[in-house]
Amino acid sequence: MSETQPSQDLPQEDGHQSRAPHRVIGTPPPAQARRVLAEEPGTTTPESPRELPASPANPAKAKTAERIVAALFILSMLASIGFIAAYVGLEVHSVDATLRSNLALGLSMSVAFLAVAAGATIWVRNIMPDVEQIEERHTLASTEKQRAAFKKTFTEGAEASGFVKRPLLRRTLIAASVPLAVAPLVILRDMGPLPGTSLRHTVWRKGMRMVVYGPNTPLRAADFSIPGQMITVAPEGYTENQDVLAKAVTIIIKFAPGVLVPNRPGQPGTIMNWTVDNIVAYSKICTHVGCPVALYEQTTHRILCPCHQSTFDATNGAQILFGPAPRPLPQLPIGTDADGFLIATSDFHEPIGPAFWELG
Amino acid sequence: MSWITALRRRPAAGYAVVLLGLVTIGVGYGALTTSGSPASAASPGTVSPQTIAQGQELFVRSCATCHGIDARGTAQAPSLVGVGAAAVDFQMSTGRMPAKDVGAQMDRKPVTFTPAQIHAVAEYVASLGGGPAVPSAAQVSTSGANTALGQNLFITDCAQCHNFDGAGGALTNGKYAPALTESTPKQIYEAMLTGPEAMPVFSDTTITPAQKRDIIAYITRLRAEPNPGGFSLGRIGPVTEGIVGFIGGIGVLVFLAMWITMKRRKS
Repeated sequence: MSETQPSQDLPQEDGHQSRAPHRVIGTPPPAQARRVLAEEPGTTTPESPRELPASPANPAKAKTAERIVAALFILSMLASIGFIAAYVGLEVHSVDATLRSNLALGLSMSVAFLAVAAGATIWVRNIMPDVEQIEERHTLASTEKQRAAFKKTFTEGAEASGFVKRPLLRRTLIAASVPLAVAPLVILRDMGPLPGTSLRHTVWRKGMRMVVYGPNTPLRAADFSIPGQMITVAPEGYTENQDVLAKAVTIIIKFAPGVLVPNRPGQPGTIMNWTVDNIVAYSKICTHVGCPVALYEQTTHRILCPCHQSTFDATNGAQILFGPAPRPLPQLPIGTDADGFLIATSDFHEPIGPAFWELG
Repeated sequence: MSWITALRRRPAAGYAVVLLGLVTIGVGYGALTTSGSPASAASPGTVSPQTIAQGQELFVRSCATCHGIDARGTAQAPSLVGVGAAAVDFQMSTGRMPAKDVGAQMDRKPVTFTPAQIHAVAEYVASLGGGPAVPSAAQVSTSGANTALGQNLFITDCAQCHNFDGAGGALTNGKYAPALTESTPKQIYEAMLTGPEAMPVFSDTTITPAQKRDIIAYITRLRAEPNPGGFSLGRIGPVTEGIVGFIGGIGVLVFLAMWITMKRRKS
């Protein structure tokens, strides 16, 4: 490689001068004008003039700033020592003690960093000189000579190594690297079994009772008889299983007679065979991103999702009125058992919750 | 008075005056619109015909314009036959009724009737037919309540609208779920029982009276909870916290950046 030559089109001293910006108001004069040494008679002009003044423009102000900066640095030092002391000294065996420890650690660390930062800023602003300097950008491309030299080196190297002339070596090297590249992809296989059909089913099945979530008591249809009632229900026996509840949780709503819109062929609506005495059950999991939808307005019969304001029409098969949800809330077929308790008569007939790739 | 003139001529004076004006208006508005303390409970007792007659007189004077002379409703307001004493007591003891104007929703406001008058109107409306009665003090007592179950029920069936902390939240078309911070235990009980406005009904057969007391215990207990950050920020969660974090935090960063890069004054 040849030694890098200074680029010919770098600006000369004159060019630099002509390209220098006009003086910005509030900034000190350019370094050139402040070369007091050159103006004194009898002294020789230094070969490389000072670009930065050795002392600040306002020594009194700099002296004050120096004290402030030093104080801030000492404050930071004390805060850091305090951090160590708090870490060693404060117990964390209870919630209250942990809160105190966190407060002490966070506060001391914040002060330590903030004091150093503030000190550095004051240092820069009040003690260091404020001089604008321009450094022109170099030409990015290498010179013709350098490029020719590199090409020659590369070609010679390729020939000398035998990579071109010995195809056996070349091909076996490629053969060696292909399986190596495939290996990480095989490891991906262990990222877990595919969900299979679990996204399409919940634990609801024929005859399973619905229980009021919380007290976990079964509910008779006759006890859910006032129009405007709404309650969250869970499958009996699974009320402590959060994995199951995450999919199976359901809301039931009681309507006055004649309010529900029955579905007709080709028309959306509530599937009346899946209701009991104007009680309708919908999945509580929003079809957008799975938030619990339970904002039910009994005056407008809207079900809202609190996360992104998806709005469903509860009378009309939970058709979407507004919001980002892509499909209605799935309706759960319900009935009553011999004792009059509300039961599911099957699982949901479509996947509940947010869409997934295979849903189509 | 030269210092006043000097202050007025400062560049920030204009901003300071605008800020002062906004703060004055905001504080003044807040002070004027603060709702009064909710009325205390009317003592339930035997209902005399005189009470009902007094209630009817009050009803005709203050309610009949919208609800009709026979309380069967008009185009403006629903029928009150069968809503029960609990609904009347809830609406009137929270100041929602009589309504000031017909909007998307009635706001809580200072109560204009005495407990005795509210009791009379409630008994009159109850005499028109059925409906839940006003709960007694023992029915809404939270002593010995299971706050944990109350929390479970509140988070499952109430928090979507009223916020996990009872701070309320928005519904559709200008309606909103009110904050529960001022509600008395009796009013919370009545609201669950009667489902005012857009709120669903939680009847005693679905959420038992004991479970209602658990929910009330949770709601009232929440008010005593400390604010871990020192400020409640309305207790509505990430919205105000985000605003404070964004405006406060980013604002401080912007000012720091301006300070660091500020042109130095010529000294």
